[in-house]
Amino acid sequence: MKKVVYLDNNATTKVAPEVFEAMRPYFTERYGNPSSMHSFGGSVAREVSAARRSLAELLGASPQEIVYTSGGTESDSTAILSALATNPGRREIVATRVEHPAVLNLCKHLARTKGYIVRWLSVDKDGMLDMNEVRNKISDETALVSVMWANNETGVIFPIDEIAEIAQEHGALMHTDAVQVVGKIPIKVSESNINFLALSGHKLHAPKGIGALYIKKGTRFSPFVIGGHQESDRRGGTENVPGIVGLGAAAALARKNLVEENTRVRQLRDRLQKALLERIPACRVNGHLERRLPNTLSIGFEYVEGEAILMRMDEKGICASSGSACTSGSLEPSHVLRAMGVPFTAVHGSIRFSLSRFSTEEEIEFVVRELPGIIEFLRSISPFGRDALSAICTVH
Amino acid sequence: MWEYSDKVKDHFFNPRNIGELEDANAVGEVGSLACGDALKLFLKIDPETEKIVDARFQTFGCGSAIASSSALTEMVKGRTVDEALKITNQDIAEYLGGLPQEKMHCSVMGRDAFHAAVACYRGQPAPSEELEGQLVCECFGVTDEQIRHEVKANNLTTVEQVTHYTKAGGGCGLCHEKIAGIIQQVRGERKQEPKTEKPAPRMTNLQKIAKIQDVIEKEIRPMLQQDGGDVELVDLDGNRVLVALRGMCTSCPSSSLTKGGIEAKLRELVHPDLFVEEVAA
Repeated sequence: MKKVVYLDNNATTKVAPEVFEAMRPYFTERYGNPSSMHSFGGSVAREVSAARRSLAELLGASPQEIVYTSGGTESDSTAILSALATNPGRREIVATRVEHPAVLNLCKHLARTKGYIVRWLSVDKDGMLDMNEVRNKISDETALVSVMWANNETGVIFPIDEIAEIAQEHGALMHTDAVQVVGKIPIKVSESNINFLALSGHKLHAPKGIGALYIKKGTRFSPFVIGGHQESDRRGGTENVPGIVGLGAAAALARKNLVEENTRVRQLRDRLQKALLERIPACRVNGHLERRLPNTLSIGFEYVEGEAILMRMDEKGICASSGSACTSGSLEPSHVLRAMGVPFTAVHGSIRFSLSRFSTEEEIEFVVRELPGIIEFLRSISPFGRDALSAICTVH
Repeated sequence: MWEYSDKVKDHFFNPRNIGELEDANAVGEVGSLACGDALKLFLKIDPETEKIVDARFQTFGCGSAIASSSALTEMVKGRTVDEALKITNQDIAEYLGGLPQEKMHCSVMGRDAFHAAVACYRGQPAPSEELEGQLVCECFGVTDEQIRHEVKANNLTTVEQVTHYTKAGGGCGLCHEKIAGIIQQVRGERKQEPKTEKPAPRMTNLQKIAKIQDVIEKEIRPMLQQDGGDVELVDLDGNRVLVALRGMCTSCPSSSLTKGGIEAKLRELVHPDLFVEEVAA
């Protein structure tokens, strides 16, 4: 395999070597079922508990408030369906237009099939919410407010604690899809009114197929996966022990590396942003420059199409993703960038770079060296190429 | 990630005939920045022989849009205008070793740009204006006439296919019913149409059965099985193909569409006079 410069960590991350080592014994040696009466299985339950403590510590929660799931999507579904089931008198959901499909499509489905009214929150050109609109849309009819903590495409961070407070004032439950923030910014749920928080292991250097849902103590709960008595009757099914152990190890690492994420990773991201803006005419950063995850850069190259950029970067071994329509199989570009009103000249050519603590300076330099030529070539064969040359490089 | 053929990749990474053509006497433009792809085609046509002496292009778009444009210029160069007008979007896709279904609109864009360039050369109105009709898809600005044209030209049978070929219906989705109506209308008309001018191949019943079996096996069954259905050839009576639909297809409300789809495939690949009838399994 050729050299890979992996800058697509909001899609998925590498399993950290320490995480993999922690998991290894739980496949072929300590493969017992934690529910078993014999000590061979039962002793594994202790590791499951230890992992739960580690994850709880990362979130500022207590271990009893953590339920393991198969990932972010299951956690989102569990939280949303539970909130509605335990609030039968209320028929409204408040959610942002820029939610991940795990929330967005479930809300649309509930509106279509169960008659729920979804009050959508819009975002401005920086991808930020209007708090007045938030206050206006949350009411005593609201069963659930579901707002992602940070957006996966732009990295824009929402004021979740503030929104959770408004939800509580109206007796509504608060859910946040925190898949993109866990391990990237400090979280302390015990000090917030959040009822549910969804996270996914594979976004923080644990493997795919493991996730968790935080359920605040005292929040009424109705399970989604019904079966055995695992997870204190909150999620049936034999535990994914290796995944759980991996997630526990990843949580411990994330705690240790939180500072690095916010210093070294941020510096690399800023360096990439600055160098691309300097070297490539007619490009713009999508999303608020300050209120943003330290690892994410969404940048729109005007007058070029994203898939073409990705294919040419892929040839050089650079992995990123695009808000372009053509990469997704749909014809419409990213719902997030459209909700922000990114001009159509830039929306088709928007590329997301997302770093991790495994990203290196050499990798960033490599992208800075290779990408200007790719954009220049694609513009040279585009009928709109001249427009790009006459435009100046802007941050908004 | 798309599975592009080596030929698509080759034409994307090494596009032929790029740039403007200074002494072009025909220029065709289709698409726009807002739609996400656009192609500007330049042709130099010898007025004496009507031979296309040179072709160049400029494209804004994805990998397959650039590859389709590049392929188009290679295909038309050296041919006369009339010869090149016979090139269909399927020909462009075939030249490239196939395109993903979702990307067929890129080949349509190539063909449209060529037709627009020829109209420009001959001083005729651009073909898209001829096909004005009523706006069906507001998101991508596609009219009923354009959809009708593509349904006929490519034997499209589903709304999804129409989206893949014309983009219509790829946005908000509000026009899906209208598109389905157009498909049914075209299919209805086709049944009454006189037989195609192209002489139909002469085939014995035995040859027909073997060919039909082959097409069902390779083309139709895999498609139906994706949706949990299946089809079996029961009998052939002259040009009457008797088939039994199984699995999901029997209870599916769009089974008339499924039958239409099978018929279209068999007409295209076996014999244009065939018609399909459904019998109980």
